[in-house]
Amino acid sequence: MKMPDPDKAVIARRLTIADDLRALVPGEGVIVDEDERRAYESDGLTAYRTPPLIVVLPQTVDQVANVLKYCKEQGIKVVPRGAGTSLSGGALPLEDGILLGMGKFNKVLEVDYDNRCARVQPGVTNLAITKAVEEDGFYYAPDPSSQIACTIGGNVAENSGGVHSLKYGLTTNNVLGLEMVTIDGEILRIGGKHLDAEGYDLLGLMIGSEGLLGVVTEVTVRLLPKPETQRALLIGFPSSEAGGNCVAQVIASGIIPGGMEMMDRPAITAAEDFIHAGYPADCEALLIVELDGPEAEVDHLIEEVRIIAEGLGATSLRISQSEEERAMFWAGRKAAFPAVGRLSPDYYCMDGTIPRNQLPHVLSEMTKMSKHYGLGVANVFHAGDGNLHPLIMYDANNPGELEKAEDFGSDILKLCVEVGGVLTGEHGVGVEKRDLMPTMFTEDDLKQQMRVKCAFDPDGLLNPGKVFPQLHRCAELGRMHIHKGQLPFPDIPRF
Amino acid sequence: MTETFRPETEAQLIDAISWANSELLPLEVIGGGTKRGLGRPVQTAHTLDLSAFSGVNLYEPEELVLGAGPATPLAEIETLLAENHQQLAFEPPDLSALLKVESSGTLGGVIACNLAGPRRIKDGAARDHFLGFDAVSGRGMAVKSGGRVMKNVTGYDLSKMLCGSYGTLAAMTRLTVKVLPVGQKARTILVRNVDAAQGVKALAAGLNGPFEVSGAAWLPASIAARSQIDYVQQVQSDVAALRVEGFGPSVDYRCQKLRALLAPFGETEELHSHNSKTFWKAVRDVTPFCDDDDRVVWKLSVAPTAAPGILSALSHLKEGVAYLDAAGGLIWLATQSPKHGAHEPIRDAIAQAGGGHATLIRGPASLRNAIPVFQPQPGPLAALSQRLKDSFDPNRVLNPGRMTEGL
Ligand SMILES: Cc1cc2nc3c(=O)[nH]c(=O)nc-3n(C[C@H](O)[C@H](O)[C@H](O)COP(=O)(O)OP(=O)(O)OC[C@H]3O[C@@H](n4cnc5c(N)ncnc54)[C@H](O)[C@@H]3O)c2cc1C
Repeated sequence: MKMPDPDKAVIARRLTIADDLRALVPGEGVIVDEDERRAYESDGLTAYRTPPLIVVLPQTVDQVANVLKYCKEQGIKVVPRGAGTSLSGGALPLEDGILLGMGKFNKVLEVDYDNRCARVQPGVTNLAITKAVEEDGFYYAPDPSSQIACTIGGNVAENSGGVHSLKYGLTTNNVLGLEMVTIDGEILRIGGKHLDAEGYDLLGLMIGSEGLLGVVTEVTVRLLPKPETQRALLIGFPSSEAGGNCVAQVIASGIIPGGMEMMDRPAITAAEDFIHAGYPADCEALLIVELDGPEAEVDHLIEEVRIIAEGLGATSLRISQSEEERAMFWAGRKAAFPAVGRLSPDYYCMDGTIPRNQLPHVLSEMTKMSKHYGLGVANVFHAGDGNLHPLIMYDANNPGELEKAEDFGSDILKLCVEVGGVLTGEHGVGVEKRDLMPTMFTEDDLKQQMRVKCAFDPDGLLNPGKVFPQLHRCAELGRMHIHKGQLPFPDIPRF
Repeated sequence: MTETFRPETEAQLIDAISWANSELLPLEVIGGGTKRGLGRPVQTAHTLDLSAFSGVNLYEPEELVLGAGPATPLAEIETLLAENHQQLAFEPPDLSALLKVESSGTLGGVIACNLAGPRRIKDGAARDHFLGFDAVSGRGMAVKSGGRVMKNVTGYDLSKMLCGSYGTLAAMTRLTVKVLPVGQKARTILVRNVDAAQGVKALAAGLNGPFEVSGAAWLPASIAARSQIDYVQQVQSDVAALRVEGFGPSVDYRCQKLRALLAPFGETEELHSHNSKTFWKAVRDVTPFCDDDDRVVWKLSVAPTAAPGILSALSHLKEGVAYLDAAGGLIWLATQSPKHGAHEPIRDAIAQAGGGHATLIRGPASLRNAIPVFQPQPGPLAALSQRLKDSFDPNRVLNPGRMTEGL
């Protein structure tokens, strides 16, 4: 993966720049020491590492604004970072760029139950929001598996989802407002406690923009009342096809479960060996269907799902009878990544989305690819919304194996696009899928996206090298190639 | 001479927009033309009629996805979905009576204006259901974003940009939206005799419990008295209303719980399927202000708890009347021939109450030309919006001035 050529002159000025930054962020907030910088050299995509030029840990919005203004004036690149759990290398540092760590923005500023929202700083972890309100019967709905560690700022940047996204939506559906700082050091407030700020939907644009458009300094999230009951079914199927059919029929019957997750045989075995959740040994696909709501509803729907599953030849079916049992059903699924991690020195987590009915085809192709590359693959799957997480197992110490794993991953993602899906459902493009963008988008599509970037950051200083495979200068992108009087009157139907 | 271009293919659409660029002659973009009364009046020499891009070309109920041309009539889509017990869950309003036009319009129109109904509070707005598009930008370039799957973070979410952009960025040729099941049963609980302040409290109490309330409105006595539903007509007081939808046993249970919870606020009553549907359709379509009069109609979006204060701050408006949706977060307000459309007092009241925005939804073209129809943005945000417009449409050939001057 090629990153933009580092600017040697900037690297040579490291100490001067650090001094300048210390004037803007007093105290311990500016890190130049090499060992300390190394702590930030990668994120959740550990195959890539680069120690940043300098780490800056601001504590106030004004500090963020001053740092960005300084960087703009000096032409220094900036990579924002939350907790560094990105799986796409979104927070991968640049040798000639400062890493702007938002970890000190860790306060819940306001909880407003009457308006069902909370204002939080971007460094607050996803789970901490729910923890702050759960005693009062509320929660924040999007729940990525990394929720203990990942920050709401990172969630906003990646538009993160979780196992409950089918029913409750992704980050973008659960955020009401943002405060952000542009690379010019301007502090903007978008949205608030009201719905649907009008004008162009900058809130919607910012969410999922991977730290390329601005630095988020405050987030107003929507809070939901906790459902009265949650119960889950654990269902084994003889084939992934049968499992997929079950998902389709549940949805076709008008049920939108709180969560609907599927695992294939290798993932089931890995999870079971690790967690001993009691997963059945005799099935090829395991489905967890969680229903939530009032008890009367949950009981009613559990029964409907049971009938559908049995009609499709489920080989085993359990219904959680207690909170402990429900937690146990989930324990294996939630630990699937580390469980696969035990089987293999390294694993590479993919994130394509497909139309659900393509699942059997995609899984069988994946089995062929696995043979071709000689690398194992285990699949966990947000089945309700078609989001696949194939985990490719490899050993980075074997020469060439990382490259093989990456090629395998690319093949999977290309297949996802081919069958009508997309490269990434929730982890973001980052550096990881950057060079695959042309499989989904034309050059003109990508240029339009880059023009949007130019509206925020014309010098391309915020998180460069991510998302876009090729960088163009904004002046070139902005130019129109049609000139006055050049075109004939269009020969199309008129009235 | 003014011409209406009606391209039938993407290539022809590109030709039309490219030509407009080469002549620097702007185009008014229309699908069905039913939303012309929304936003600022557009005065262009030529019209770009997208009505040829019509028809459903993808519908997979068990995948919860529908794809169609922007000019597909909303009514056609709603009928098709209803056959499969599905719906556009954001409950697009039919503003034809309010805006005095023939039909409820097209899918493209609803998306381009980001319109949603009472279910907004539970299931989101049009923006939350818009999965992807094919379009031709103001530069005359084919662009697409998003797709047909529910979960997608590949590149910037340009669907969000187009939704609510009133055709000022690109002309869409195809869109995909998420569709959802219709609840088997719907019930509405009425709480009598609650003024706006008490009403908003009652609505919050309902929403803050585990009842999945999918509509939360408050009507003043004057509006309730003119309801088409006998029960509502007879309450003879202000009334709060909460809707629950879903599976039969669940709806019964939640209604019972909600009534117990809300009893301290006032006497409660239950509307069943048909009446419940009629009630929310009226809230959605702004029926209380559809009478054939010339009052101007505003839509205010605020923090729900701010609503009662704003209502009293605006009580001096001539023949002013207002009702609340979205638990108070949405104020529909009508007033008689106010000075400058009353935009100043309305926007002052919102600012005093902590922020939000106000949109003029119905008003004569002269008024829509003279005052900001949409909430004016602070300088830096307005400048950013201009740069975003430049990124799609630097020569301002698509619907220029529809949202604000120069946009
Ligand atoms: C074990 C594991 C499980 C995971 N499970 C899920 C899952 O279920 N669902 C899911 O969606 N993701 C999942 N992820 C991915 C990851 O946790 C999410 O993408 C998360 O949102 C990243 O948050 P972070 O705070 O770690 O951000 P970082 O990794 O630090 O940064 C991510 C991106 O956000 C930008 N950014 C961070 N903070 C800001 C800010 N304040 N302003 C502007 N830009 C900013 C960065 O520049 C970068 O581009 C998982 C990761 C791991 C390691």
